Amino acid sequence: MTEREKLELKIAACKVRMGVIASTHGAKAGHPGGSLSAADLFAYLYFRELNIDPGNPKWEQRDRFVLSKGHTAPGLYSVLALRGFFPTEDLPTLRHLDSYLQGHPNMNTVPGVDMSTGSLGQGISCAAGMALAGKTLGKDYRVYTLLGDGEIQEGQVWEACMFAAHYKLDNFCAIVDNNGLQIDGNVADVMSPYPIAQKLESFGFRVVTIDGHDFDQIEQAMDIARATKGQPTAIVMRTIKGKDVSFMENDADWHGKAPNDEQYEQAMKELKGILAGLERKNNG
Amino acid sequence: MAECKKIATRESYGKALAELGEEHEDLVVLDADLAGATKTATFQKAFPQRHFDCGIAEANMICVAAGMSTAGLVPFASSFAMFAAGRAFEQVRNSIGYPHLNVKIGATHGGISVGEDGASHQCCEDFALMRSIPGMVVMSPADDVEAKAMVRAAYEHNGPVYMRFGRAAVPVIHPEDYQFRIGKGELIRDGKDVAIIANGLLVYEALEASKMLEQAGIDAMVINMATIKPLDEELVLTAAKKCGKIITCDEHSVIGGLGEAVCALLAQKHPTRVERIGVNDEFGHSGPAAALLKQFGLSAEHIVQVARDLC
Repeated sequence: MTEREKLELKIAACKVRMGVIASTHGAKAGHPGGSLSAADLFAYLYFRELNIDPGNPKWEQRDRFVLSKGHTAPGLYSVLALRGFFPTEDLPTLRHLDSYLQGHPNMNTVPGVDMSTGSLGQGISCAAGMALAGKTLGKDYRVYTLLGDGEIQEGQVWEACMFAAHYKLDNFCAIVDNNGLQIDGNVADVMSPYPIAQKLESFGFRVVTIDGHDFDQIEQAMDIARATKGQPTAIVMRTIKGKDVSFMENDADWHGKAPNDEQYEQAMKELKGILAGLERKNNG
Repeated sequence: MAECKKIATRESYGKALAELGEEHEDLVVLDADLAGATKTATFQKAFPQRHFDCGIAEANMICVAAGMSTAGLVPFASSFAMFAAGRAFEQVRNSIGYPHLNVKIGATHGGISVGEDGASHQCCEDFALMRSIPGMVVMSPADDVEAKAMVRAAYEHNGPVYMRFGRAAVPVIHPEDYQFRIGKGELIRDGKDVAIIANGLLVYEALEASKMLEQAGIDAMVINMATIKPLDEELVLTAAKKCGKIITCDEHSVIGGLGEAVCALLAQKHPTRVERIGVNDEFGHSGPAAALLKQFGLSAEHIVQVARDLC
């Protein structure tokens, strides 16, 4: 990845974050914290990794992405809009009565959403099913899924991990957003999922642990995932919940709370500042 | 009737899958370590590359089926009714029902006729659970012929389907050329005094009951209501209008099954006296299937008794 490409990804990620703030502010509800922690990954997936066509969201050969941590729909919607699946102006209608942007991803109403999710632990199984279908049909698409580090407390996640390894789903990549926080507090205090990487390894995954805000590391992990044969890959990415909005960072309270008008202005001001800096560099 | 062939509808399920698998390459079968019991092993033998054992992990299996269907495959996910509808209810609701995916759930060992395994495995709540999911088709065949036709109809139907099959062998009452349609009840015997609406193995019992009732001078109508949802409202209303009294019979809790579906319809459109024969809000227990059915009142004799009290 060139420095310019990296800069463009950073710009995209910043815009994804702005979309998260705009949509949750518009909804007066929603989940900004985990959307912001995964924003860099969303940008990388949709602007560099996934083989997709916004003009043909149901294209059979496309790579699939399942947001297993479905409550971070604001992040997914934001990147889908930015990538051209639907107008970014619609983002503030999130969760509104009769809006197609449902509180949790709906594959039948939102272009680009590959699976309806929201009930934790189910998305990873659906994604594994898509990967197995790809193998069965002889198609070479890949399937990615994003899980929360709180979500992996669900037993079904481990059923899915066993399954993905058993069927040697090397077209399958599970990513864990390890931002360390869930609704009730630190994941380590609520119900520790640690050690995450070792658990996944023992279930038969090739595991890569990275900084989820470092595009070089994300790229490296994705390259490893694509090159790995005979087993699925898991990427455990250490992230900061609420990343790039100062007052939201590392605060569990921002898991499922929307910014009020004042907080919206403050958050947008911060993100606009970051964006301006990135664009200056890009033009420089 | 005493000499007619007896086949468990789970056997029919396995055979129908193998037949359909021959015709349709997009049909895949999932099981949860019960292929021998659900009879999907019959399909597995014929098409090992399209049969996927998911191990004892039904929640995952249901969602895997959902994911596979999004890629154009037609998965039949199989387990015991207790686990397919019970344990994995929320997976069926959120990952199959809500997105309205083209997944078929083949649940065997439904009802109290599971027998010796006892209450933990005797699922009498599956119709209630599955009926409550919007867009879900819920069915239970009376015999081998209907079960095979039902599996075919489920494949041809675009959308989620729940089918319940039985463990115990039951008499074959339909001719081979029987035509089955989802959502259409079958008027097996016309009558005017009381209408018995049944499904599953109780259809045979209802027919036997109608013969005994005839001897007692009661002319009973018998309807096989293999599709519980969507309910054949027209046929229920016709029966209610003609007979004025209804008896429903299903091997299910009286809460949430065929009986309540019939009552809900009639309460609104044609208030009619209804007696529900089913499992009366209690758990089963171990014993031979035939003895249990008798003990719980799921028998021709009990239907006769209820009908005589009504008429």
